[in-house]
Amino acid sequence: MSSASPAATGPLGAVRRIFGGGTGPVFVVLLTLLVVMLLLNPSFFQPASLMAFLRNAAPLIILAAGQYFVIVSGEFDLSVGSLVGAQVVIAAKLIDGDESRTWPVIMLMLGFGLLVGLVNGLVTTLLKVPSFITTLGMMLVLAGAIRLWTGGAPTGALSESFRQWGRMGIEVPVLRQIPYAALIMIVIAVLTVLLMRGPYGRTLVATGDNDVAASFAGAQVWQVRTLAFVLSGLLATVAGILIGGFAGVTAQVGDGMEFTAITAVVLGGVVLGGGRGWIVGAMAGALTYRLLERLLVQLDMPSTLNPTIQGVIIILALAYGSRRLWGRRRRRAAQPITTKPQPSGAE
Amino acid sequence: MITPTPDGELLRIRGLSKSFFGVEVLHGIDLTVQAGEVHGLVGENGAGKSTVMKTLAGVHTADSGSIELDGKEVSFDHPLQAQRGGVATVFQEFNLLPERTVAENVYLAREPRSGGLVQRRRMEQDTASLMQDLGIVDIDAGAKVRTLSVAQQQVVEIVKAMSFDARLISMDEPTAALADHEVELLYQLIGRLRERGVAVLYVSHRLQEIFDLCDRITVLKDGSLVDTVESNEITPDELVRKMVGRTISSFFPEPREGTEIGDIRLSVRQGGNRMLNGISFDVRAGEIVGLAGLQGSGRTEIAHALFGVERFTRGSITVDGRTFSPRSPRQAVRAGLALVTEDRKAEGLALNQSVAANARLVLDAALPGRGSSRAARLSGILSSLELAAASDAQEVRLLSGGNQQKVVLAKWLVTDPQVMVLDEPTRGIDVGAKRAVYELMRDLTAEGMAIILISSELPEVIGMSDRIVVLNDGEISGELPHNTDEETVMSFATGQDNVEAAS
Repeated sequence: MSSASPAATGPLGAVRRIFGGGTGPVFVVLLTLLVVMLLLNPSFFQPASLMAFLRNAAPLIILAAGQYFVIVSGEFDLSVGSLVGAQVVIAAKLIDGDESRTWPVIMLMLGFGLLVGLVNGLVTTLLKVPSFITTLGMMLVLAGAIRLWTGGAPTGALSESFRQWGRMGIEVPVLRQIPYAALIMIVIAVLTVLLMRGPYGRTLVATGDNDVAASFAGAQVWQVRTLAFVLSGLLATVAGILIGGFAGVTAQVGDGMEFTAITAVVLGGVVLGGGRGWIVGAMAGALTYRLLERLLVQLDMPSTLNPTIQGVIIILALAYGSRRLWGRRRRRAAQPITTKPQPSGAE
Repeated sequence: MITPTPDGELLRIRGLSKSFFGVEVLHGIDLTVQAGEVHGLVGENGAGKSTVMKTLAGVHTADSGSIELDGKEVSFDHPLQAQRGGVATVFQEFNLLPERTVAENVYLAREPRSGGLVQRRRMEQDTASLMQDLGIVDIDAGAKVRTLSVAQQQVVEIVKAMSFDARLISMDEPTAALADHEVELLYQLIGRLRERGVAVLYVSHRLQEIFDLCDRITVLKDGSLVDTVESNEITPDELVRKMVGRTISSFFPEPREGTEIGDIRLSVRQGGNRMLNGISFDVRAGEIVGLAGLQGSGRTEIAHALFGVERFTRGSITVDGRTFSPRSPRQAVRAGLALVTEDRKAEGLALNQSVAANARLVLDAALPGRGSSRAARLSGILSSLELAAASDAQEVRLLSGGNQQKVVLAKWLVTDPQVMVLDEPTRGIDVGAKRAVYELMRDLTAEGMAIILISSELPEVIGMSDRIVVLNDGEISGELPHNTDEETVMSFATGQDNVEAAS
């Protein structure tokens, strides 16, 4: 896959990346949506409106990046939505409007995100619980624990210095204000792309493709996968900080975001089951999803339709992806015949 | 013991040929089996025994040639057709449902019914009376298959075959999973099948059984028929000669000039685990040590023990004089070992990833700190192996077997291993790529690498190894010099006449 093969350069590689591989279609869809938007509402492209859109899209893009690590390793993380919600509630309760507590609490939240990821990872890899179940359990545990701790309704308040990350930005000419959220998203994008191009990233993708081969090559598969869950937990925490700042504290924060993030990753051409897909595709998938939502608002479609759209996207994206899988499966069915006669299988 | 009761010819196979993707693996096999005959089918790994069996069972379809049953030509496209036609096959892997009863397994998918309901009692009675006819007394038709021993499960497979009124039962290595006292039960059952006029096609590596049971023996070699002989007219030695009889061609390159056998690189002393016992051998720098043995004799298990996959629980390993007890492949890689695995697709490659990603996977996964400087050498290594790929970005699943193997070799060579274990390095690759692998092995030993070569193909082991360690049943049955002939190696591998063969 592109992420694992820095050698995919040159014009031919670029063409193949866009149309042949799994990540290509998302950019085509993104571009199409942008054109449609330009036709319907050119004012969307005014700096202020565009920046507001980016600020709104940044948390999902960051969540999708985290989810990408887990999915490309062949697992799922369903706990991120609950984690976002839990982090916002924790922040409000612990900061309780006190500016001086902002940074210590942010550190504590990152620690908590790391811990949740670590537990997800270790339970999945060492106790061999399927990650679908592990993280589903974690989702319920977090939701229940937060409800118990807060007595049902979130209490406390966020500080201004906490909220600024989600709602403020840097004043610059022309664009007027670049949201912190967009800057953080860009920094995370750069860091995660670098990580995926390094030894860890390449080992992660290979592990998702064939963990036996990765293990024979000397990878500690359980460590590789656990780290993917930890990254997902950390990035969900960052997303939680931005969402809390932007949207404020409610009991519903984060609800359903795990499925939105998975939809975005799948839309970005990353194959469920692991081993295929590019992290930039996953993040572009999140951007595309948010743009589609925005477009529906533009078309005066009720936002209550969003879950339906999400469902259609996930089914279409998977059906599109499985066209290739079907081809592979047919070939694979033919393979045993080529290899069996000489080797020994049954002799 | 050998009392054939030929009451007519049951099966006649004429000119059976079969190719897989253009490679012919059976070249016009002829075979006849009489009713009530036990017919042995022997040959080395890859001789074509399984293909013959599977064609007979309807798993494969023949390209040319005919199969006649009772004088009528038949063609089975599906195992069920073969079963209904009276040809049953007992594979090494049983096809039984563990949570169902014996009777339910025997009558699976054709249960006696009345008004849409399964007549459980009748099913069990029918099964019980069938077993009684076959003299089977220790199995309850109502018992769950899970509760039975392996030997009893095999009996259930045979009972199931007989419930189809099978005329011919093929058995693939039927004793492979049995303990010694259970083998005797199988012998008795086969005796009773013979009395009923059922023919048995018996595939086995164990020559003792072939001679105990079979009336006639057919020898296959490289997909061709060598001979069909009466078992009381041939000695085990003669049979082994027929199985391996070929000359080592000049296909294998000689060691490079100046290749010196140096210090001991790897040493195993009294290594043992669940599968292995008392394994001791040395490998020196510049030396190729071959591990020979039949399937399941413990060759791959030694590779896995050295690589920390299924560890030695007894004994010791030293690498360059230092004690080494690997608990994971990672530790083995870091100690300077490399393992080209037996199953290239399942264990060797991430098939959806690029050539580049696979080639540097070991560096990325096990030696991340030292990666970039070594990775720079990769393109040189890949081109010296003459890899044929569109680019480094091509996914390895699109490459031929030979080129895939070159990618596997490259990912290990780039780590500069001290000791390289090659498990079936030429399996499923074309002749040109084989030659390239052999040349590479000679180059590497000339540079002082120690190589362990594991192979099912005797000519390869004999043609390439400086010494041959022969395994039988998880133990070393002999250590032979490089010019040993195939018959001697085979004798040690089958546990046949060790003393005589060594002389």
